[in-house]
Amino acid sequence: MGPKISIKLYTLSTCSHCSRTKRFFKDNDIEMEAVDVDLLSGADRERVMDEVRKLNPDCSFPTICINDTVIVGFNEEKLKKALKLP
Amino acid sequence: MTLEALYTILSRYAESQGIRLNKDKPFVIDILQGLLTNEARYGYRSCPCRLAWGVKEQDADIVCPCVYRDPDIAEYGSCFCGLYVSVAWNEGTIERRQVPERRPKEKRMM
Repeated sequence: MGPKISIKLYTLSTCSHCSRTKRFFKDNDIEMEAVDVDLLSGADRERVMDEVRKLNPDCSFPTICINDTVIVGFNEEKLKKALKLP
Repeated sequence: MTLEALYTILSRYAESQGIRLNKDKPFVIDILQGLLTNEARYGYRSCPCRLAWGVKEQDADIVCPCVYRDPDIAEYGSCFCGLYVSVAWNEGTIERRQVPERRPKEKRMM
């Protein structure tokens, strides 16, 4: 076992690219934390959007943070590379 | 409205526009579910791939089909969500690229 990877997904509950991204992690049995920003309101949403803005100034979804690597949108090749998957 | 009914209507509508729904039906159904969720939530079918303001005037440009659909299809063969695509995109005769967000930053919920 290598060092634990920190993975956070910023997603929308309604977005199909976000669903694909969540499914990718599930299918590969990789633990991650996903936040559906559209389901947040008030201060919670503002706090999370601050995090998204820092990672992805475009504030588009999904925004995926794998350790220090930020991936925007569902891109299987980029995800595999960042996760060192075959 | 049921998902199947919406699928049928939008499929016919797309063809009337000379474009198509993405041929990946489960993916399309997922998008349509998002549209219906947003309709129930906001009262209009806001783009499910974008964070809505929840105020119709501010979301007018992203009510599906969004105003960015046609330029995105012209440039990438697909809209931002991948719901509406060109015939060539569906047939795989053009490269499938990730569609960047075209909505101006000042209009986005950020």
